[in-house]
Amino acid sequence: MNRSRTRLLAIPYIIWVAGFTVIPLIFIITKAVTDENGMLTASNLFAIFDPLHRKALMMSLLLAFISTVICIIIAYPVAIILRGSHIRKKNIILFVLILPMWMNFILRILAMQMLISNNGIVNHILETLELPPLKLINTPQAIVIGMVYDYLPYMMLPILNSVLSISEDVIEAAKDLGSDKMHVLLHIILPLSLTGVGSGITMVFVPSMTEFVIANILGGGKIQLLGNIIEQEFTVTMNWNLGSGLSVSLMAFVLITSFVFGRNNEDAAAGISI
Amino acid sequence: MYNQICCNIGTVTVIPEKTGTVMPSCNIVTHKYTYDTTEQMAKELIRFEHISKSFENTDVLKDLTLSIHENEFLTLLGPSGCGKTTTLRILGGFVAPDKGKVFFNDEDITDLPPNKRPLNTVFQKYALFTHMNVAENIAFGLKIKGKSSREIKEKIEYSLKLVGLEGFETRSPASLSGGQQQRIAIARAIVNEPRVLLLDEPLGALDLKLRQGMQYELRRLKEELGITFVYVTHDQEEALTMSDTVVVMNQGIIQQIGTPEDIYNEPQNAFVADFIGDSNLLDGIMIRDCLVSLGGLEMPCVDTGFGCNTPVDVVIRPEDVELDANGKGQTHGTVTSIMFKGVHWEMHVESDIGITFLVQTTEHFPVGSTVGISVDPYNIQIMHKPSSEDAQVFDQNEAPAGESYEP
Repeated sequence: MNRSRTRLLAIPYIIWVAGFTVIPLIFIITKAVTDENGMLTASNLFAIFDPLHRKALMMSLLLAFISTVICIIIAYPVAIILRGSHIRKKNIILFVLILPMWMNFILRILAMQMLISNNGIVNHILETLELPPLKLINTPQAIVIGMVYDYLPYMMLPILNSVLSISEDVIEAAKDLGSDKMHVLLHIILPLSLTGVGSGITMVFVPSMTEFVIANILGGGKIQLLGNIIEQEFTVTMNWNLGSGLSVSLMAFVLITSFVFGRNNEDAAAGISI
Repeated sequence: MYNQICCNIGTVTVIPEKTGTVMPSCNIVTHKYTYDTTEQMAKELIRFEHISKSFENTDVLKDLTLSIHENEFLTLLGPSGCGKTTTLRILGGFVAPDKGKVFFNDEDITDLPPNKRPLNTVFQKYALFTHMNVAENIAFGLKIKGKSSREIKEKIEYSLKLVGLEGFETRSPASLSGGQQQRIAIARAIVNEPRVLLLDEPLGALDLKLRQGMQYELRRLKEELGITFVYVTHDQEEALTMSDTVVVMNQGIIQQIGTPEDIYNEPQNAFVADFIGDSNLLDGIMIRDCLVSLGGLEMPCVDTGFGCNTPVDVVIRPEDVELDANGKGQTHGTVTSIMFKGVHWEMHVESDIGITFLVQTTEHFPVGSTVGISVDPYNIQIMHKPSSEDAQVFDQNEAPAGESYEP
């Protein structure tokens, strides 16, 4: 009696998930396996192997991979440094790190566009210093900069969480047994924080793979990611069947990737709650 | 040989010289002490010299000087915050002292990092490496030293056998019970053959039964390995059971150093008496040598050198208060409460001299009954009153020479 009443509290969530996840997903999958006449077909699913789509997929994969690696390279040392620092300093730095997350991400990308455009602030500074201007905007590099800027906190938090949760006792035990600083880092801290790195990879790589807004704004429509192609199929070409087919293929791809890295989604959630 | 003796009788027979010398002047026959002065000449291995340490304006250690000898089982005992763990961590190299030096084998190791020190630690919370199995945990130190894989394998087997966990090589630490994890932590430390093993409240997280079992195990291990143990605990029973030497600490200062028997029978001040075991801690006046007044009742004792009519602290252990159902004794009293404690009865006896004694005997006296109370002169322990506010701060140099452990 009591329990069934408690269950009633889940109704808003069930409506939400059904309305905005389950039903659209069924709709997309249905579209993906049919043609415009409603006949069953697999061609939309295999369209991802077309040269144009394959090239876009490879570009998505490459940029997502580079962005993820850069995020790790930036985030991991910060986590190690923060581990050793005073608690108050730790909180201030953490606050600065997650401050960008308080801002709408499109606003952040538009701001980045201002910074790195040909007549942007970065090039103005270079000009003042009599250095050659950088050609960044509308290049794959610009998209990587945007992705790293956007997704760094999602790498930072799970890594930081796992590095900070390593007990000082364990590190002292290692030192006691003869470990020097480098040995402790490689044999204790690194293996014990791999779960955090795994979560970070999932949380940066997956959204980067499906990215299209950053590519539109910082890539100027010149770099085609798979996300851009899907978006165009829905909004420009109006071929919803092909768009759905590519979506489902990409989703399968993402699921496989997150299955490889993402056994630690619970840690990732824990990381966010810092 | 010395250790063998300790092991067999369960306690230590080392008594500092001169403990007994106060007695003849009182014309009371000495009867209870055995002497073993030759064996205490073991070589000094570790020396703390005038160590001071404070954390955020709180003095944790105040000018601590302490010697630890080869093959000694030394226990640092005290309430939490007394500085015992800090002392151990300074020895392990995890905390640097503000002032003073630490010597190992006459070599200054004050600035040596922990990984360069010839000692290993068993941590309170085990601190096993959860990403490695049992064998990898034990092999950790050996691999760093570059031992051959055959030697490592042999030593893992040997150490697991020592702690009674043969065949546990491939288990993960998370799958082990608290007691088993603690054994692995011990194996991981001793496999490196340290000269000194540091143990930071290693049994604190175990339940009573397991803790008692491990006390015997640790003592056996120490005999088998023939190395020095430095043990930290707040559990006085644990300290008395296992140690050769007990160092009682409070507020960053050593209160007393001695064998478990010394510490129990001859507490040097009120703090030690109160901390070790149950005790009747009473105010008295030392009338002259060998005579103390408790609530107006003059009782013979064996202590001298306190002067005439000096206020003193008096300790009488509850098991040393003798009751007589026929009213025979130095004074009389009424039993006000009685509790069964297993081995003995514990009673409160309100005496005619205004003192309520805590008494432990194997005899049963009903509540309300009148009893005679007497105390053997040997069982009355007289101590100086603390001189100032910071109380139990008892300068060792002022302590009666015979009662400090100075080999």
